Amino acid sequence: MSAAPLALPTGPALRPQVAGDDIVKRGLMIVIMLYLLVTLAAPLYVLLSKSVSVYRFDLATFEIQRSDATGQNFSAPKTVAQLNAETGAIAPDQLEAGSDGRLSLTSLFKDFNFRSPVKYRLRGMDASASFLIGSELHRGPDWVELDSNMFRRVALRPATTTGLDNFITYFSTPSLTRAIWNSAIIGIITTGLVIVIAFGLAYAFNRSRMRGKGFFRLVTAIPILVPSLLPGIALVYLFGNQGLLKDVLMGHSIYGPIGIVIGSVFFTLPHALMIISTALATADARHYEAATSLGATKWRTFWTVTVPGARYGIISAAFVVFTLVVTDFGLPKVIGGQYNMLAVDIYKQVIGQQNFEMGAVVSVLLLVPAVAAFLVDRAVQSRQVSLLSARSVPYAPKPKTAFDWACFAYCTLVAIFILAMIGVCQLAASVKFWPYDLTPTLRNFRFDLMDGGGWAAYYNSITMALLTAIFGTGIVFVGAYMVEKSDGFHIGRALFHFLAMLPMAVPGMVLGLGYIFFFNNPANPLHAIYGTMAILVVCTISHFYTVSHLTALTALKQMDREFEAVAASLKQPFHRLFFRVTIPVCLPAVLDIAIYMFVNAMTTVSALVFLYSTQTQLASVAVLNMDDAGDIAPAAAMGMMIFYTNVAARLVHMVIARRLLARTQAWRYA
Amino acid sequence: MKSRLATIAAAAVATALAAATAYAETQLTVYTAVEAVDLDRYKATFEKANPDIKINWVRDSTGVMTAKLLAEKDNPQADVVWGIAATSLLLLKGEAMLEPYAPAGVEKLDKRFVDTSTPPSWTGMDAYVAAICFNTVEAQKLGIPAPKSWKDLTKPEYKGHVVMPNPNSSGTGFLDVSAWLQMFGEKDAWAFMDGLHQNIAAYTHSGSKPCKMAAAGETVIGVSFEFPGAKAKTAGAPIEIIFPSEGSGWEAEATAIIAGTANLDAAKKLVDFSVSKEANEMYNVGYAVIAYPGIAKPVENLPANVADHMIKNDFEWAATNRKAILTEWAKRYDAKSEPKT
Repeated sequence: MSAAPLALPTGPALRPQVAGDDIVKRGLMIVIMLYLLVTLAAPLYVLLSKSVSVYRFDLATFEIQRSDATGQNFSAPKTVAQLNAETGAIAPDQLEAGSDGRLSLTSLFKDFNFRSPVKYRLRGMDASASFLIGSELHRGPDWVELDSNMFRRVALRPATTTGLDNFITYFSTPSLTRAIWNSAIIGIITTGLVIVIAFGLAYAFNRSRMRGKGFFRLVTAIPILVPSLLPGIALVYLFGNQGLLKDVLMGHSIYGPIGIVIGSVFFTLPHALMIISTALATADARHYEAATSLGATKWRTFWTVTVPGARYGIISAAFVVFTLVVTDFGLPKVIGGQYNMLAVDIYKQVIGQQNFEMGAVVSVLLLVPAVAAFLVDRAVQSRQVSLLSARSVPYAPKPKTAFDWACFAYCTLVAIFILAMIGVCQLAASVKFWPYDLTPTLRNFRFDLMDGGGWAAYYNSITMALLTAIFGTGIVFVGAYMVEKSDGFHIGRALFHFLAMLPMAVPGMVLGLGYIFFFNNPANPLHAIYGTMAILVVCTISHFYTVSHLTALTALKQMDREFEAVAASLKQPFHRLFFRVTIPVCLPAVLDIAIYMFVNAMTTVSALVFLYSTQTQLASVAVLNMDDAGDIAPAAAMGMMIFYTNVAARLVHMVIARRLLARTQAWRYA
Repeated sequence: MKSRLATIAAAAVATALAAATAYAETQLTVYTAVEAVDLDRYKATFEKANPDIKINWVRDSTGVMTAKLLAEKDNPQADVVWGIAATSLLLLKGEAMLEPYAPAGVEKLDKRFVDTSTPPSWTGMDAYVAAICFNTVEAQKLGIPAPKSWKDLTKPEYKGHVVMPNPNSSGTGFLDVSAWLQMFGEKDAWAFMDGLHQNIAAYTHSGSKPCKMAAAGETVIGVSFEFPGAKAKTAGAPIEIIFPSEGSGWEAEATAIIAGTANLDAAKKLVDFSVSKEANEMYNVGYAVIAYPGIAKPVENLPANVADHMIKNDFEWAATNRKAILTEWAKRYDAKSEPKT
């Protein structure tokens, strides 16, 4: 960079300056892209490649000799495959195995009797062929001699190959494939409900003059502040067999699809509301004037002006909600009963049966809707035309008493639903033994007596959330800037965009397991971070990258690219522009990303459940563990602590935002 | 700039490592699924006897710990597991992940609590025994009698009032199913489970949850094990802990050294301690059945003869047939578990 002006002693040094900037920008972009590759793509690849690693018993790699009735005179060695060809004792479908597959050999000999004096010799033909005697692992080509009683305890171990067998097994097992339909149905029903409810709220917020908008905005943001397990716990208290409102369900059980749908509506509502509200916030009054002057009814205007104006927002919101619902595992685990969902199946396969391969197969299936969402989003974005042009007249709702009160009533209903869910958790957390002993107590807050790490876990969570907010915001914003404000390098930028969109698609559990396999590999130079706070922070940043990235992009897109051109023509390096202009202008978005990262780091469970260590236990994982152990009241109590912490963080965010924005954003209102 | 930072970082790490090794105390990373309340007590007792060794716990449910151990197979992080189900340790043994070691005094333990190989790969601490948690208040409201046997649970009056752990997600659930298969024989056991399935309100993911649900009145009958039942009863839950007349499946909690540990000597000391009389008395605070014969004292709210209900449990048979059993179970009951709407 310093050499460049010397090469051009005469004339303005404009071009080299720009080129130098571009190199730095691309360099930074590549650094962040590498970061995403290492913390996201590589662990995912490692895990997903497990879906095609197949365990099969390779009968041709084992040899057996058998003695006569005196225990002497061993027969010529035969491979197990040969023996099986003669007897057909082992059916082909028995050769499929999981990683812990075990195959007994006694059926190969029709006259086998464990009391007989006949002896057996067994060996593997190569070093990888292994078998168990009892539970002891043997390997390799040395003969092992066994009496009949010991031979009974022999089990072959499978060998690994690659293939699509896991997928075939999956799709030929009805109890597994049912989860696909269950997830799809729950996803679609929830998405439909949430979009309607959120649209109503957004409409009330943006197109009415009702009272209490500020209050309703706060209340409808609450669900984002609690772990997704909490609505599950709340529903048990409200509609469970001892629930306050049990009779409302008219005999239907809350454990199952009803519970999952209600809980999912609760925790996805703020996400949909945010997107749709943004879409409805901008409207051109001239369209409405035109509709009125053409004599359109209000109903017709709604369907021909309002809805089409918001359709891109609605489509994006629908995909976000659908993906959130099908990838969440906390809620269906608590309230799902035996209604299988894909995300819970990963848990069952991996935690219940240690079958990582089948867990990986389910993970691949879960990526499908997310990849679809990405493609649709791209298509929609390319067709999106600006709603606001320089000639637009911002739409301002006029007071209409009946309509405003209807909006108010509607918002009140939704607010009651949300507050009731939170309230019942606080209530249950403050009594001794629900429902038999309702004496108020703080016992449920004595976390040190419970599973999950106690109060230390709570403080760890706060540390982790702060680190995630600070580093995450930095990485995300710099990355978004480099992508948005650099020129050329289209392939790189498209790849970056894809990497940034990927996390939304990835169930946390898939990410967490991928991290174990990737980072706990001794050959990985980064394995030192395994088991530390750093890996939790890195994982959380990657997990919540997408929305943060989109927020940053939106803010950056609002800044004309001419700023860069002007800075370049003034011979200002881009970093001066970045720190002096871009960051101050985008400060609201930067603060939003920080609070988003903080809040999610406090509530997330699924990825981190595999990654925390003794020193780094977390509050949200404690909620899961306490609920798992049936200590529901303390789980609710810890959930409420997370909630209050997030509320406090929001308040701090508001104060900081007010102060800083007063200083940096005055130009907007000048 | 980058490289200088890297050098500084490397130097810092090296210094930290050197400082750690220079320190006389050995740090042991111990994986466990023991109840959180017990951990401090176990740690303090051990460290008092071995002041030069410090325990760092990593604790989660049995399923998570087993998955974590298997996922870390190529680069184990744990030195010792202390308090993880013997069935899980058999899985690890099958992967050659355990270091065989006969701790001093292992011969004094009940044979059922020691791995059959010599030297053993794992040694037991205590057992949890399958039991039924029965909520008397809710039962009275509904007018249903207490069950006496497993077979009673298939009676029509219990329809929709029984909760048990799903064997596909919970070790305890598998323990129940494998015990029924061993007790009743294959054919009768599946017939029994067919009947039981008709009465099941929910299959849970955790083994202790059915009992806690019974304690909270969410269900009347929770198929679980004795330990959470006793705890809930002490906390004031209106439940009875019933040991069915046919006998109960059980699972041992066990200790093992992870092969390849850098702290083998300290690990051996921990395993030596884990089979000692003192340690067994320590387990006895929560668990009625312990590995060291003759010293168990009755636990509050549990009968003195819990050990008599334990069936002869063949862990090896269960491990070898696990996949087939789980597949059959899922085929029969998961596929049928339609939404009840």
